[in-house]
Amino acid sequence: MKHVGLKLAIAAIVVSFVSAVPARADSAAVRNCTWCHGTDAQGYTVAPRLAGQRPQYIMSQITSFHQHTRDNPFSRQYMWGAVAALNPVTARDLADYFASIPPRPANDGDAALAAKGKRIFMDGIPEANIVSCYACHGPNGEGIRDIPRLGGLAYFYVKARLEQWGQGYHSTPGSPMPMVASHLGPEEIEALASYLSFVR
Amino acid sequence: MILASPSVEADLPGGGQGGRTTKAGLWFAVLAAIMTMAFSASAGAQEKMARAAGGLEAKLEYCKTCHGLSGQGYLGYFPMPRLAGQQPEYIEAQLKAFIERRRTNPIMFNVAHVLSPSMMSALANHFHHLNPPPFGGAPRGAVALGKRIYEEGLPESNVPACSACHGADAHGQNEIPRLAGQVYPYMVGQLSGWSKQRGQGTAVDTSAIMAPTAHNLTRSQIEAVAAYVSNLR
Repeated sequence: MKHVGLKLAIAAIVVSFVSAVPARADSAAVRNCTWCHGTDAQGYTVAPRLAGQRPQYIMSQITSFHQHTRDNPFSRQYMWGAVAALNPVTARDLADYFASIPPRPANDGDAALAAKGKRIFMDGIPEANIVSCYACHGPNGEGIRDIPRLGGLAYFYVKARLEQWGQGYHSTPGSPMPMVASHLGPEEIEALASYLSFVR
Repeated sequence: MILASPSVEADLPGGGQGGRTTKAGLWFAVLAAIMTMAFSASAGAQEKMARAAGGLEAKLEYCKTCHGLSGQGYLGYFPMPRLAGQQPEYIEAQLKAFIERRRTNPIMFNVAHVLSPSMMSALANHFHHLNPPPFGGAPRGAVALGKRIYEEGLPESNVPACSACHGADAHGQNEIPRLAGQVYPYMVGQLSGWSKQRGQGTAVDTSAIMAPTAHNLTRSQIEAVAAYVSNLR
């Protein structure tokens, strides 16, 4: 077939316009997310992995961006605008879609700190009033309901979030994370972020 | 905290001239030194009290991270029970049970084993005085059955009325815990898993009565009772 590449490209463009079903990998709604969050939703640079995330958590964050309660710099700069026109039905579909993609661990932490990070994750540091992350986020950081999956998130993302809460940025109303993170020192944050980046 | 004796000697009338130190001057210097040390000792105690008060507040924040910002409980990966309005004797007994591993819970063991006895009392007393509304969320269908079991027991199953010990208002007394407003999945988990988690009890721990009681309740009876008490204030 002559010009097979061109014909395939045209077919692909036509199909992507025609398919109105949201939350397929090639749908416009999903592509608006994967621009930044990675074509396979596994995360890309500063944008966190969405694959395998708790759907209720994704929904709560979308709501938080809508209501401007989550106010860390990148959220304010990118996410507030990104979800401004998102209706609840599409948001729910997107959350379910991303939740269904098998997550891949980022594996980009410092392996030397992983053991220390695991100890802090499982036991906390009671003498320093640092709670056990495991109590809410589960033994493998898998989360539950609207408590997010942390296992396998990128080192720099987890580190940034923990630092931001310590600096006074806000989360969804009622979230204990600002209080939790305010007790963490830089070494503990690096250890936790390193450990989590390797967790399947 | 600098001992003031040298300058005191110099400031005394007639003292310090040509380096001569009078007997009175020396006695005064010693007295001044003692008083300085006495004041600094009490300042040290005040500092310690301030640190302890800060210690209590920090520790309370730590507890409330998991148990709810008003002690009303929280649903994490595990359900965390309500501590608000709880009997202080019960809280202290549980903390000791966690430390001695008579009650199996690795997270609470870590939390509890760094607490001093006075800290435990202070925490228990603080939570006893909190009174937020119940956490809620229990299914409502079996509440009527739960109320009947709570008030009358199940004579045919050798289950005593819960109200006999826990009180008609489910507020408990002494070492018997308050159940009113307790988190539903927590109650269900405790009653259905009693022998696994709560150990065998000891002569000191009157919770041993709960082992046969929980054992004789069926799952749906447990859920009914838990749903009933979880709505009580």
